[in-house]
Amino acid sequence: MKFDTLIIGGGLAGLVCGIYLQKHGQRCVIVSSGQSALHFSSGSFDLLNYLPDGTPVERPFEVIGALKQQSPRHPYAKLGEDRFKELSNCVVDFLAEAGVQVVGNPEQNHYRVTPMGTLKPTWLTFKEQVVCEQEDKLPWKKIALFNITGFLDFYSRFIIDEFQRLGTECVLHEISFPAVEGLRQNPTEMRSVNIARLFDKQENLDELVRALKTVETDCEVIVLPAIAGLSRDNVLTYLEERVNKKVCLLPTLPPSVPGIRAQQQMRKAFERLGGVYMLGDTVLKADREGNSVVRVYSYNHGDIPFMMKNVVLATGSYFSQGLIAVPDKVYEPVLNLDVDFIANRKEWYDMNVFAPQAYEAFGVKTDDDFRGISQGQVLDNVYVIGSILEGFNAIKQGCGAGVSILSALYVAKRILSK
Amino acid sequence: MNLQEHNISDNNFEQCIKCTVCTVYCPVAAVNPAFPGPKQAGPDGERLRLKKNNFYDETLKYCLNCKRCEVACPSNVKIGDIIQSARIKYSEKKPKLRDFMLANTDLVGSLSTPFAPVVNAVLGLKPTKAVLDGVLKIDHRRTFPKYAFGTFESWYKKEAKKQASFPRQVSYFHGCYVNYNNPQLGKDLVKVMNALGIGVQLLKKEKCCGVALISNGFINQAKKQAEININSIRESVNQNNLPVIATSSTCTFTIRDEYPHLLGIDNADVRDQVELSTRYIYRLLMQEDIKLKFNGKKIKVAYHTPCHMEKLGWAYYSIELLKLIPNVELTVLDSQCCGIAGTYGFKKENYKTSQDIGESLFRQIEACDIDYVVTDCETCKWQIEMSTSKSCEHPISILAKALE
Repeated sequence: MKFDTLIIGGGLAGLVCGIYLQKHGQRCVIVSSGQSALHFSSGSFDLLNYLPDGTPVERPFEVIGALKQQSPRHPYAKLGEDRFKELSNCVVDFLAEAGVQVVGNPEQNHYRVTPMGTLKPTWLTFKEQVVCEQEDKLPWKKIALFNITGFLDFYSRFIIDEFQRLGTECVLHEISFPAVEGLRQNPTEMRSVNIARLFDKQENLDELVRALKTVETDCEVIVLPAIAGLSRDNVLTYLEERVNKKVCLLPTLPPSVPGIRAQQQMRKAFERLGGVYMLGDTVLKADREGNSVVRVYSYNHGDIPFMMKNVVLATGSYFSQGLIAVPDKVYEPVLNLDVDFIANRKEWYDMNVFAPQAYEAFGVKTDDDFRGISQGQVLDNVYVIGSILEGFNAIKQGCGAGVSILSALYVAKRILSK
Repeated sequence: MNLQEHNISDNNFEQCIKCTVCTVYCPVAAVNPAFPGPKQAGPDGERLRLKKNNFYDETLKYCLNCKRCEVACPSNVKIGDIIQSARIKYSEKKPKLRDFMLANTDLVGSLSTPFAPVVNAVLGLKPTKAVLDGVLKIDHRRTFPKYAFGTFESWYKKEAKKQASFPRQVSYFHGCYVNYNNPQLGKDLVKVMNALGIGVQLLKKEKCCGVALISNGFINQAKKQAEININSIRESVNQNNLPVIATSSTCTFTIRDEYPHLLGIDNADVRDQVELSTRYIYRLLMQEDIKLKFNGKKIKVAYHTPCHMEKLGWAYYSIELLKLIPNVELTVLDSQCCGIAGTYGFKKENYKTSQDIGESLFRQIEACDIDYVVTDCETCKWQIEMSTSKSCEHPISILAKALE
């Protein structure tokens, strides 16, 4: 199977890279072993919320110099300030073309609402979701919060408490009708996605409209858990036109309906551009000639190899098994690239669970061009992108999605310029 | 001792981190709330069943074994295998007469083909359907695939000499459907292989692959048939040096993966030599200087990826072969379950679930301006032809039509 570029890993980084390459005339294949972490998305993409020393960041463009000093191997440090700015400026339009509508500005973080009702800084948020400009204030004085009776992955009481603390009054409504009740036959599966599937159907969406119409006239906005719009476009516009009120979504606990939708939209965009997406396959081994990987073999395809000019490794971190931790080491299982980790296991963790954890910053070593390294030798045609990279703590720094998107775009451009 | 190396079971169920991605992609959970979903039915339930048998839940029968949960799982847990193994191990429900009839495709096929015109006519009659529905619980809205008047095997007997004259040979596992219902697909395969300069042999002894026996609970019979098939395949591969190709994605998947995973039959020595004809042809065209000659007629097709094809990961080969046809207009449909799952959708209690699952696929098909839907699975073909206005063909038949 001959391709220009083989991308291993089909999550946010792999898809962004694949879409960019296809758009610019390459023929790509994405091999993904299972679905990606986008299924657990908060509904927002972070660029940079904190520096490694803990300093909060409001304006990411202004701190790349400081970041580089604190963490020279951070992916943003490798990009450098100019490229960081240039790449992050084009992301909103890029995602929109791929069918994912987000709002936000890399020069100035905004605030998202967590499933617990607290506010956290972020870069981009799906356009249906609540966005705040200030960190201690919601844009409304009084809101109506609707939840589905029996839906346990949305903590409306916590949210109401938090909102009241921020000075916003919150009226809670519970929605129930026979189709939703039917889901409760299996209490364990009353999940966001199952509910969202109901609202993909016209008759149930109209039931929802009827329920929303009971909203108090002095509420400025209706807020719903993110359980609509799985495979239907413009659901919120549909609701708003019928209820005559602004409607916004709040994220739920996983699985994330907006995240799944984003994954599916991007996969479709990639395939529309002619890309081949192979789900549920695992790369087993790679043949090298000199410092290039020339053939890659997978479980499903057996003796028929992938042959390609470039390989992009976007297999994610521990969750997606891009990195594997065993008692004495952390390794990269697909191409066996060199991994940066601390030899003394005791230093992997801090017993204070809220402190930065060293293992979070372990990852695959690369040169400044994001090329992978094998036994100290830089490989000519293997690029590494996304959360598998070394040098950053996605949780503490709030930069996971940004690293994925920007490293993917950089590597795609780098491959095209060859 | 490295504990971490010894705490993983064959189906990998300890690796489940409860992320629920499997349930997101389960076609049954999406339409039938009576099914607990793959996470609950699979790894979650397995923990309980390992403690005590009576945690087994008969609703596991709603699983249609599409394996889309396994394709979606980020942790490589064999969720579908866990569910099917639990059904085999714990279910105390005895299969009914109906299940026996649906599962024994070999027996029913060999009884029907000699009287095909009569059998087909009778099966199509309203009173027959009423009896099947009322007495046997086979839904009256279903139409049985027509039986052929004469089997593929009997046609092949007259063809055997010519096939033996080719310098290169492969063995063909035709399956029950080609033998009893659609010998034309088998003839098309022979035509395409001959055009590549390859003769087609049959296995010494071929039985139904057993997929319907497994799903209807006839495990001992499935094992017996599997042993016979694997022995024939061994003879072909190890003694005669002939790889085995098939046209049915489900037969292929069953022989390669369900035999070892569900029936405990070791096929490791021959597994890699059993594959789909489209993959065999793709490899041949890539590796050797052989070309197919086409007639250049225009054709518009839409490819549907059967669930077991998605699991095998081989839709790529069928799609790439279709692209070789000059003047082909090819649409690739979204990969989703059609709802039939072999005998599952014929059962009265599953009819609604089956059609609800397929609904969005049917809509997508109806919206296409095409001559044929193309797919590698015979039961998907039945479902698509029963539920849409389009006719459905195997990629090999489409290739055969396009040859000079």
